[in-house]
Amino acid sequence: MDEVRFLNAGDTAVTVEFGNEISEAINGRIRSFNIALQDSGIAGIVETVPTYRSLMVHYDPGVIRYASLEKKLKGLLSGLDKVRIPPSEVLEIPVLYGGEEGPDLPFVAEHSGRSADEVVAIHSAPEYLIYMLGFTPGFTYLGGMDETIATPRLKTPRVKIPAGSVGIAGAQTGVYPIDSPGGWQLIGRTPVRMYAPEREKPILPEAGQYIRFYPIDRAEYDRIAEQEAAGTYVCKRHSREEGAK
Amino acid sequence: MSITVLHPGMLTTIQDQGRIGYQQFGVPVSGTVDPRSAAVANILAGNEESEAVLECTVMGPQLRFDEPAVIAIAGADLGPTLDGVPMDNYRAVRVRAGQVLRFTGPRCGCRAFIAIAGGLDVPEVMGSRSTYMKAKIGGFKGRKLEKEDVLNFRAPGTEPKTLEARSIAPEFRARTEYTLRVVLGPQDDAFTAAGIETFLTGVYAVTAEFDRMGCRLEGPEIAHETSGDIISDGIAFGAIQVPSSGQPIIMLADRQTTGGYTKIANVISADFRVLGQLKSGDRVRFEKISLPAAQEALLAQRASLRLLRHVLDG
Repeated sequence: MDEVRFLNAGDTAVTVEFGNEISEAINGRIRSFNIALQDSGIAGIVETVPTYRSLMVHYDPGVIRYASLEKKLKGLLSGLDKVRIPPSEVLEIPVLYGGEEGPDLPFVAEHSGRSADEVVAIHSAPEYLIYMLGFTPGFTYLGGMDETIATPRLKTPRVKIPAGSVGIAGAQTGVYPIDSPGGWQLIGRTPVRMYAPEREKPILPEAGQYIRFYPIDRAEYDRIAEQEAAGTYVCKRHSREEGAK
Repeated sequence: MSITVLHPGMLTTIQDQGRIGYQQFGVPVSGTVDPRSAAVANILAGNEESEAVLECTVMGPQLRFDEPAVIAIAGADLGPTLDGVPMDNYRAVRVRAGQVLRFTGPRCGCRAFIAIAGGLDVPEVMGSRSTYMKAKIGGFKGRKLEKEDVLNFRAPGTEPKTLEARSIAPEFRARTEYTLRVVLGPQDDAFTAAGIETFLTGVYAVTAEFDRMGCRLEGPEIAHETSGDIISDGIAFGAIQVPSSGQPIIMLADRQTTGGYTKIANVISADFRVLGQLKSGDRVRFEKISLPAAQEALLAQRASLRLLRHVLDG
């Protein structure tokens, strides 16, 4: 086991750091630790925030002091290999690639020396790990994009990018969950609402899950958008097989 | 039961103790920047301390009460008047229907909190009434107050019997130099020993760049071992980020949930009541204390709120 570091983040939070690189293995251990912590029923845990290489644990020192919390967290860590962790889920996110929804698809294709269809095939092949959420509500930091379609950001960012836009920035890909300014190369758009504040579960994706994009046509886009507007759309998901890529 | 906004002031928003449990989804906590003063205002007004209040920044709003109400203001002294007559901060005050609350201008501090007995009647979003303007959620339509907005408030269950006794001495006073106590970490090891020394001995000035998200300071440059960049991790309220420029930024209520700059230290929770009142030009020093001492200070502060409630409500 790599040495896990406990870093004070003020008097009501501790950052439990599992390593100093972005890797699926480290992120997987964070997920296991988070699940073990949620199941442990340790009193005084307020919330946890998984990131690339650490789990921030917010706690109430009125319920549990730091020394006692650290001891309990270390206890969980030592038993981590025995914890049964359910397989990760894969969210299937439909994307209408190109056209008005993906105005930069031709540029990404030209930049990578591929046809637009090839870019779509490459982009929709992997299962992307959601390392963490941050930046804006529901924004996923995804890992695993094929480097052949990596494309630099726009020189001049757009003032408004519609929610649902799927983009590429360098070797990263992701979905804009809310309307926002931004410089990503837009290759398509999903009708799925990643973020809907009025929904019982306002944010669809969770850290530790995977996302697979799949191409749809305009008719299906409109059909799903209608269901989303009515609040009846259920995102397709399945358990990820061990060792899948 | 309603209040009409005649003038919104510089930045007036509805805030409570924040949106807890959604940081893992990238949703900032928000909430009052000075939770202690908001809690005191609520207790004086006879509310639960977590009730939503109006957070007023530097230049306060003008509000007309369309129905009678009991209110209390705590935190900064922004010069409150009721129909032109100066009124005290840190005191429960009865307002008659039609009276207008105005603020003549800041005398000390940055943010005043107006608690209204019964509480502001706005829907909860993700378990909180706090306004988060960037995502347009919470508070009044997800935004700051604007002219002619009509805010509803709930009728208080029982009105406090003895309004006269519901006052305390103002807790916030202007100083020529403020001290913020800090706990080092999480990335104090990213700085040289001299860098830590600079941070703990230097005087820093609050720049014009301060909002609900963060407060940018300027002073002696804090030296890193290598750089100010890290792989993004979580950010707590009061975290002191130091990017490669060597100038600190203190993260406040609307901070993003994660970030990629080194954090040298974190302001202790008991001093958020000072942190939340800093404004452009204020001078700040940092004093290192131990984590157990910081937690003692927080618990003592909570105990003082319980005592205040006990004294007022019996």
